[in-house]
Amino acid sequence: MMLNDLPYPDWHEGLTIQGVIEHMNYTWPKLVTKVNGQLVWPEDYGNVVLQENDDLKIHHLLAGG
Amino acid sequence: MIKMCDIRKYHDVDPAEIQRMKEAHVVLNHVDYKPQPIVKGYTDKILTIDVTDASVKIADIPAEVKEKFTGGKGYCLRYLWDATNANTRWDSPENEIVMSAGPIAGITQYAGTGKMLVCTISPMTDIPIDSNVGGFFGPYLKFSGFDAIELKGQAEEDVIIVIDGNKGTISVEKAPLEHMDAHLMGEELTAMYADNENDRKHVAVVCAGSAAEHCNISMLNFTFYDPNRGVVRLKQAGRGGIGRVFRHKKIKAVVCKYQGIKNDLNNVHDISIINKTGVKYHREMATQDPKQNNMRKIGTANTMKILNDYDILPTHNFKFGGTPNIAEMHPQVFIEKWLTQGAADGCWYGCSMACAKAADHFELLTGPYKGQKVVVDGPEYETAAGVGPNCGITDPQVILELNFYCDTYGLDTISWGTMCAFLMECYENGILNKERTGGLELNFGNAAAALELIHLTAKNEGFGKIAALGSHKQKELFIKNGWGDAAFLNDIAMEQKGLEYSEYGSKESLAQQGGYGLTNKGPQHDEAWLIFMDQVNNQIPTFDDKAEALYYYPRFRTWFGLVGLCKLPWNDVVPENNALTDEPAKVPEHVDNYLNLFYGVTGKKIDREELLVMSERVYNFQRIFNIRLGKGLRKHDAIPYRSMGPVTEEEYLSRQERYDGQLVTKVGFTKEQVAAMSLAEKMAETRKYREGEYEKLINAVYPKRGWTMNGVPTIEHLKKIGMDLPELIEIVEPLQNLEP
Repeated sequence: MMLNDLPYPDWHEGLTIQGVIEHMNYTWPKLVTKVNGQLVWPEDYGNVVLQENDDLKIHHLLAGG
Repeated sequence: MIKMCDIRKYHDVDPAEIQRMKEAHVVLNHVDYKPQPIVKGYTDKILTIDVTDASVKIADIPAEVKEKFTGGKGYCLRYLWDATNANTRWDSPENEIVMSAGPIAGITQYAGTGKMLVCTISPMTDIPIDSNVGGFFGPYLKFSGFDAIELKGQAEEDVIIVIDGNKGTISVEKAPLEHMDAHLMGEELTAMYADNENDRKHVAVVCAGSAAEHCNISMLNFTFYDPNRGVVRLKQAGRGGIGRVFRHKKIKAVVCKYQGIKNDLNNVHDISIINKTGVKYHREMATQDPKQNNMRKIGTANTMKILNDYDILPTHNFKFGGTPNIAEMHPQVFIEKWLTQGAADGCWYGCSMACAKAADHFELLTGPYKGQKVVVDGPEYETAAGVGPNCGITDPQVILELNFYCDTYGLDTISWGTMCAFLMECYENGILNKERTGGLELNFGNAAAALELIHLTAKNEGFGKIAALGSHKQKELFIKNGWGDAAFLNDIAMEQKGLEYSEYGSKESLAQQGGYGLTNKGPQHDEAWLIFMDQVNNQIPTFDDKAEALYYYPRFRTWFGLVGLCKLPWNDVVPENNALTDEPAKVPEHVDNYLNLFYGVTGKKIDREELLVMSERVYNFQRIFNIRLGKGLRKHDAIPYRSMGPVTEEEYLSRQERYDGQLVTKVGFTKEQVAAMSLAEKMAETRKYREGEYEKLINAVYPKRGWTMNGVPTIEHLKKIGMDLPELIEIVEPLQNLEP
């Protein structure tokens, strides 16, 4: 699985987007998340199970003061 | 939690004392004028005060200046250029402080519309500094008839300048008795020039603070009166030592009074489009801020914990990206215990973001005002991070106390925090010791020493005299004295071009290293803040991607300062459907809001590309201004290694897995080769690689910006953007083929 165009070494069966967010300690609330180019809304992060060859993008919207 | 409804009003100043101060004033010049009506956001007038002879001049702003420079920072730089020459330094009489708000400033229908830009030749960098500031002064000056004000010359004794936009009067007065510290002078002058308590909100004061008499890192405070609290609040034009220039001219304050704020004072082209855009934004703010940043509860310091989580929060002079003690200063701690909630905390009318938070009736524990209860504005993120973890301090009470004293003494919190952190690292490495500091034990985390140092600096006593120099001149002094190794000092002093870094650790973001290093004024993040796009999102992986970002964002962000807008409403809260857009990082809907506002005010329709060109003209003008003053070339864009990578073994070892891994994945060594290396070898290879990457970044950015490889704007590019002005060509022409 790829996360933000880099290999994600900790993929496992049943891994969800929420699992990745917690594993990566992504604590910033404004995330734009896409799986294979399809937008996923925050309420679905816990439901979307990731496959081994998925392309996951989790972009933080944060642009400084 | 402290709620606004429970806040009692602050004690009033003594009317007899105010009367005594006023009676001591001696009017040096008094001028009546007819305030120019505003047409589509502009008065097309500039006010010039020469404090040498107290003369007052009002002049037209030519149409070609408006066309090329737009307003705000553009006007400031244009008039500063015209007033100065290649030999002008910060303390030259002809050096000016120029302030301008911009055409959109003062509308009350949208958030963040009260900004003013301030420029001068800096005592820290010897090139133009620009600093933006909220508060009421910018809009009041425009409503009083002036798009800009120039302050020049040098008075013999302390003077204040008073502009009354309703009466149409300008006076220059000797003013010997007001206190120098900003929280006092702000109250005194507000009370002095208000007819009654209700009138105080019509008075805006610009002043510095007692440290500005001698301290290079001094700033300007801009007041606004908070009628709910019954107290004067302070916003700051913080960066680059403008307060020092102000006091060198012996200007004590500039007061502007204007009564009659309403939503159509700018006499705009189409108010309906402004109203519509504003209503849409306010609805969005009400629903999205609680889900996103909580700007209305804590302000910009909401990011403190987040940046700690992502290893970006500068800690111990930028050695590390976070502190294990972050829980002590978690944003929720500020919300629950310190910052008053439920207040309308905008620094200009109509700002629904309302991020100007305050701690009320805060009891000071040290210094000349020990035991007094004061209002503390902020802390902004930069302040909290700089005077906090970067100095090893995580106690919110100490952070608020340092915030208060920086403000009232007139010290830039960012420069203070970064400079103090540098001194602490020098102390911990034996470059400084108790003998050299006059007994101060400047270890990281020693809050008592940090507070004592700030008081000494304000009084210009003891080691405070050295603190007053700022990091760049401190570094030079230590090297000259033979205190410490010059190479080490150059690595750890987090300054560039003479300006201290703002508060983001950039080691793991090459783009942000450029975002700091390839700026015009020095390492302030307001041109390009790319850390998350680069380090976390990996959105700009190639040199070309990073260069494009370092071309786009400085142009986009410069525009806020041309027209009188605050940057925060652009992207600190975004539309709910922003994720569906092509480029969420640019917040396209808000960019369209700005195009609508500009059209609604000025009647001039521009598209996104034209917006960027407006900025690009001013951006290149500033670059050439730097060159005119002897900087602005590639060698001046070099950055300290601490901002690129680990200087010390302690730093390397704290993130050893990361750095060892990068020697394999990025530099090209095998795991076995890395395992066989000594720590010194690994650090040397890491440094060689990272310094090389920065040079490659510059090689990618300069051509994108239309500059030579030496950082000089090409004549061809200046022609393309309509800035082939003879005075600019004269400077860049001999440098077109000069190798770096």
